[in-house]
Amino acid sequence: MKALGIILAGGNNSRMQELSNKRAIAAMPVGGSYRCIDFALSNMSNSHIQRVAVLTQYNARSLNEHLSSSKWWDFGRKQGGLYVFNPTVTSDNAWWYRGTADAMLRNIDFLKRSHEPYVIIASGDCVYKMDYNKVLEFHIEKKADITIVCKDMPMEEDVSRFGVVRMNEDSRIVEFEEKPMIAQSNTISAGIYVIRRRQLIEMLERSAEENRYDFVNDILIRYKNMKRIYGYKIEEYWNNISTVESYYQTNMDFLKPEVRKYFRDEPKIYSKVDDLPPAKYNVGSDVRNSLVSSGCIINSKVENSVLFKKVFVGKNCVIKNSIILNDVYIGDNTHIENCIVESRDTLRANTFFSGGDGIKVVFEHNERYVI
Amino acid sequence: MIRKEMIAMLLAGGQGSRLGVLTSDVAKPAVAFGGKYRIIDFPLSNCVNSGIDTVGVLTQYQPLRLNTHIGIGIPWDLDRNHGGVTVLPPYEKSDNSEWYSGTANAIYQNLNYIDSYQPEYVLILSGDHIYKMNYEVMLDFHKENNADVTIAAMPVPWEEASRFGLVITDENKQITEFEEKPANPRSNLASMGIYIFNWSVLREALVTMSEQSNCDFGKHIIPYCRENGRRLFAYEYNGYWKDVGTLGSYWEANMELIDLIPEFNLYEEYWKIYTNSDTIEPQYISADAVTERCIIGEGSEIYGQVYGSVIGAGVVIGKNTVVRDSIIMQDTVIGDNVTIDKAIVAENVSIGNNVELGVGEPAENKLNKSVYSFGLVTIGENSVVPSGVKVGKNTAIAGKTTKEDYPEGLLAGGESIIKAGDIL
Repeated sequence: MKALGIILAGGNNSRMQELSNKRAIAAMPVGGSYRCIDFALSNMSNSHIQRVAVLTQYNARSLNEHLSSSKWWDFGRKQGGLYVFNPTVTSDNAWWYRGTADAMLRNIDFLKRSHEPYVIIASGDCVYKMDYNKVLEFHIEKKADITIVCKDMPMEEDVSRFGVVRMNEDSRIVEFEEKPMIAQSNTISAGIYVIRRRQLIEMLERSAEENRYDFVNDILIRYKNMKRIYGYKIEEYWNNISTVESYYQTNMDFLKPEVRKYFRDEPKIYSKVDDLPPAKYNVGSDVRNSLVSSGCIINSKVENSVLFKKVFVGKNCVIKNSIILNDVYIGDNTHIENCIVESRDTLRANTFFSGGDGIKVVFEHNERYVI
Repeated sequence: MIRKEMIAMLLAGGQGSRLGVLTSDVAKPAVAFGGKYRIIDFPLSNCVNSGIDTVGVLTQYQPLRLNTHIGIGIPWDLDRNHGGVTVLPPYEKSDNSEWYSGTANAIYQNLNYIDSYQPEYVLILSGDHIYKMNYEVMLDFHKENNADVTIAAMPVPWEEASRFGLVITDENKQITEFEEKPANPRSNLASMGIYIFNWSVLREALVTMSEQSNCDFGKHIIPYCRENGRRLFAYEYNGYWKDVGTLGSYWEANMELIDLIPEFNLYEEYWKIYTNSDTIEPQYISADAVTERCIIGEGSEIYGQVYGSVIGAGVVIGKNTVVRDSIIMQDTVIGDNVTIDKAIVAENVSIGNNVELGVGEPAENKLNKSVYSFGLVTIGENSVVPSGVKVGKNTAIAGKTTKEDYPEGLLAGGESIIKAGDIL
């Protein structure tokens, strides 16, 4: 492979509400058995990229735990491997990462000491499958300086939280607006970039001299007319999970057979293995149109929901249109509707949770008594 | 070389012929169990959980699945710089080249492997039992008694004792006598085939007995140790232990996992069973599916009804299909409108639409009545069952069968279809 990989996984987003209190967005559980960063990591691995750096900052404990061994993504190699870069205090710098460009700049030795001619930059909060080699081929064919992977969103979707681009007929990006008030198009940047390694080093060093630290605003948008920036459209499934609504929707998408099949087919998405027993359905279980992960024990009604690993559902419960994250204990006679239940929660018996027309994030701090 | 206090030798070379078509292409320790495991996962996980990090796995019969499953031991954390898991197949020597002719002979042929770790103790295990056991506690017992050999033994009901190899002990648990399947048992402690030896004692016995043909632990090595005045002790074990040697006991042990609080609990936090599985995604239960009293593995898609069954990973069960009291192993695909009653369906089997398995009255199996009984339908791995056929009880199917193999669309109770050989 002619590229090395960088995964930006340091971000927080207030639109995740309480869900991001516990972990970085890249560590959010997705689709019953994955963490969000598994998608970017597996794509890198499946594209035969051998050297990958993950840049973390915000609340990285859960993420670091997930990445404690690199073997699940086949990065346990002598040649290359997986590098996790947290911000550190150095003799000439005591700041946190002040932006995505700053995060890369502070690890510029990693870029300088590599020999791969290209860099693939991906963000850790997107759910998709992609062969980065295809983008790289496109990048070389167009003689581009930077290639941005773009996605056409449905017309009705609010794209104001994304970078919105407009391309000409040659796929060159002619307009790029970050989080616009009123979007000019529905084509958005998917947060995946291809750039020549030396070019990236040069741009990062120059921005640093000008005290500019954000990759999108200070590099992509500023260089838009000066450099050849191209857009590569991803036609397949792609979603960003960094708001509660989109997180909920992305998980619910896995109830659709075509989405499940797409992610199940080769090349696979890898994750850390948990060694949980198979799911168990006792008398009284009535599960309909739902995903159930390993280690779950179910004693009652579950409908249109996604149950992550090791969820216990007591008797006479009703769980509807909800997402129950890892290791949740649900007491008897509990009703949960339109909710996201935070991981390791214990819901007392005879309680009622409903998101009404929206989605409620349930975050309880009850003690769990284990016999 | 760092010395190891105790290393384990896991005997996994047996065919397990009483499992019929289930073991025609795989060794018994590699047979699936409990929705996502293989039988060998239980002793292997016990080793790791007991702090044993060096395990030699002796393979002989059809080892491919076993080798792929074990790999370099990552799922059990047995990928170690020193020790870890080593697969030990029989090998060619300068003066003779023989297969492993008995359990003790297999260990004898791997003296060099054990010597290289210079262990104090060697634990001998077999790869075909379902149980959780802390071998460290057994080792403590062995040391406390200053024993040369410790044999794990479990109490069995007196009325069944005559089916087992029994040990007779004094009040200090020192073994005074052995009885192999006696008519009038004097003890109800049955040997479980799990031994701890002082390596020097075992080594001496193996070398002395090396000319013995089919050298076996129970028949030759243990009696030899006793005759030579070694201190033999019985370690009493009172937990769950199941020999899944026959189709009936294999089926029963799986079904016991479905109980509300199973005697053998896989959901314990601190004695995990590890396994190697490719499938990690959740299972999907469709809008008109029913799943009651069952356990289901990862990535399965259930569109029909499942009652009282153990379903492996990556299984597809079609619409209006009813599966009752059955074991379906991984990656098997079952069509629509199928009825399955009390069947064992091995891995990667394809069953068409409108099939009925387990119809009519049980009849004695004509091929091998001692193997195919218990009223079960047994289907070997990679088999194909065409649409629209009926299959009776005590039957066996292996290979890619077509409609022509079923006279009038029926495989009557007691009949078998075994299509052996490579298919182009």
